[in-house]
Amino acid sequence: MAEYMNTFFFGIYPYIAILTMIVGSVLRYDQDPYSWKADSSQLLHRKGLRLGSNLFHIGILLLFLGHLVGLLTPHWAYEPFITAGQKQILAMAAGGIFGTMCFVGMLILIWRRTTQDRVRATTKFMDMAILLILFVQLILGLLTIPQSAKHLDGSSMIKLAEWAQHIVTFRGGAAEFMVEEALVFKLHIVLGLTIFLIFPFTRLVHMVSVPFKYLLRSGYQIVRKRG
Amino acid sequence: MTIRAQIGMVLNLDKCIGCHTCSITCKNVWTSRGGVEYAWFNNVESKPGVGYPRNWEDQSEWKGGWELTKSGKLKPKIGGKMGVLSNIFANPDLPLIDDYYEPFTYEYDHLKTAKESQTVPTARMKSAITGKFKEKPDWGVNWEEILGGEFEKRSKDYNFDKIQKDIYGEFENTFMMYLPRLCEHCLNPSCVASCPSGAIYKREEDGIVLIDQDKCRGWRMCVSGCPYKKIYFNWQSGKSEKCTFCYPRIEAGEPTVCSETCVGRIRYLGVLLYDSDKIEEAASAADEKDLYQSQCDLFLDPHDPEVIKRALADGVPQSWIDGAQNSPVYKMAMEWKIAFPLHPEYRTLPMVWYVPPLSPVQSAAEAGHLEQNGMLPDVRSLRIPTQYLANLLTAGDEEPVISALERMMAMRVYMRGKTVDGAEDPKVLEQVGMSEDEMNDMYQLMAIANYEDRFVIPTNHREYAGDGPFDQEIAFSARAECGFSFGNGCNTGSKKSTNLFGTQTHANTLSGTPRKPVGGSS
Repeated sequence: MAEYMNTFFFGIYPYIAILTMIVGSVLRYDQDPYSWKADSSQLLHRKGLRLGSNLFHIGILLLFLGHLVGLLTPHWAYEPFITAGQKQILAMAAGGIFGTMCFVGMLILIWRRTTQDRVRATTKFMDMAILLILFVQLILGLLTIPQSAKHLDGSSMIKLAEWAQHIVTFRGGAAEFMVEEALVFKLHIVLGLTIFLIFPFTRLVHMVSVPFKYLLRSGYQIVRKRG
Repeated sequence: MTIRAQIGMVLNLDKCIGCHTCSITCKNVWTSRGGVEYAWFNNVESKPGVGYPRNWEDQSEWKGGWELTKSGKLKPKIGGKMGVLSNIFANPDLPLIDDYYEPFTYEYDHLKTAKESQTVPTARMKSAITGKFKEKPDWGVNWEEILGGEFEKRSKDYNFDKIQKDIYGEFENTFMMYLPRLCEHCLNPSCVASCPSGAIYKREEDGIVLIDQDKCRGWRMCVSGCPYKKIYFNWQSGKSEKCTFCYPRIEAGEPTVCSETCVGRIRYLGVLLYDSDKIEEAASAADEKDLYQSQCDLFLDPHDPEVIKRALADGVPQSWIDGAQNSPVYKMAMEWKIAFPLHPEYRTLPMVWYVPPLSPVQSAAEAGHLEQNGMLPDVRSLRIPTQYLANLLTAGDEEPVISALERMMAMRVYMRGKTVDGAEDPKVLEQVGMSEDEMNDMYQLMAIANYEDRFVIPTNHREYAGDGPFDQEIAFSARAECGFSFGNGCNTGSKKSTNLFGTQTHANTLSGTPRKPVGGSS
């Protein structure tokens, strides 16, 4: 049974989650573009938002970037420069700092959303759900730091990276890398994949629309021809 | 030179009676939906006053419009592109809904169900957002109606800049005027410039500025970018919305709803031709006081054969050139110089223009000491200070405003001579530099103000949008299609009350039934 669960959650579930994320997002963008938005509540309630939202966003974006680079960079690409152990320390430090930023930010955002009437009244089920899921995920992530501190040789981290790289390159046997990992890592990964799964049905979609194109726009004005 | 055409508007403040019909009809058509109850694409303010949203004119607070960098380049006041993006997680210059007002309804049902009591039951106010009781409203779309509120607060009006304002708080010296406001459909719109998504655009064919609702991601930078605060964030849809200049009507050659329903007949719509290559230069004038003139310099004489040739070559349809030649806006703004842009110092080159209001002469003058300037009473002795009007319309330059007021005054003196005394006096025309024909024309347009003179709107020639002279496909492609709607209103699928991608939490409040208060009790 344990083996079956391991194969399901770390061998099959990742593909279900990622596929749902991609297909769901494409469908939403295509079929319901009016719903594609950041859904800001700043107009209704400002207190604490500047600090909370900035801490949260900067924290979580850097965490996301860190995971992306950390998990998907092949070993040969960083080995000439730093050892796996050093990389692990780096990951723990960066994760700790940005995780704490994000944690403080989320506390403020959760306070707004649960206690401030105007924000509460305009909160949709998924707004609250994704906020709490991200919060639990963040706590799980922070809990992996003391777990990592137990063995600083980078071996566990390498296995996690192997798992991720096997998944994204469609190599079999990815789930086997996860068998020996600590429970907190497993929970963190399963919940993370779940966030991928529900991504298209939440306001998270706005992160796909980061307006980088704004920087490339020539001048400031936009004039549309008729037609 | 690249010639483009724009439908502009003139509002003759001299005739505005502040009835708010424009606001109401606009609201009924455009903003009766949930999330935009607080938004008035058109509103009428009593001036002096700080307006709606509070203190909107003061860009040291709201950072709307443009500023010149040290090197003389235009930059949105909220920041350049990097500046805008760095504030994307929380916009420090965004008004709070209380700066407009918290939308509300009344608990009408209580009047029907209240038990017998010593006092008469009342319908108390409930927030449309939270459903909770509110003690009283504290701001609104025309909070300072007819000089409501203390002068001390109203005198924070930005247009009192460089005016010894204290005397206008005295009963004998008080003055007021109405200022109907809508989106200016600027030639150099700062909302477009501040939209990171590129969802806001200016239409090439008629200059109307619109927000593509499917492209808007709700980064809410345009709300700050617009110095007139005429972009509203729909807190239900999470998207920004603005005055559409009733483009479906304009395309069909009909006036906007606010213009159509104006009982004072103060609104005029007409075509202006302008050189779109010179926009940046015009908006970059070093001295703010030059901005009115530099904007006027953009507009081209529609009777000039060279201009006509060039306009046709640039794709302006002949009917639009005909429209420009008969344009009431061109006449008032360019020929007679009696209409002015609102706050040109914001550098957006606004396209809704205003004829300044005349006002009664001061009481001292009434007692027989009337200051005369030639044939006309001195417009500086009018109750509304010319500096105030100049701060509103010409970045503080009084001369153009005085000239306009004198021409309007001259029109009265001249027509009075003609119709009452039976002998018109050409000297008054000389004094203001107008010919008899011009004055008759001005009288016809401003005093008689017939519908067909006020609204000269050529229809939108969508059929010319293709490569050929008449594109059959484009002309008929929209036939029998879904009309104007929000969101997925035209979706052919079944209309469901819930949506996988998020359903609105609030319907509109038109039923008058308050929401259940958030968290149970209120």
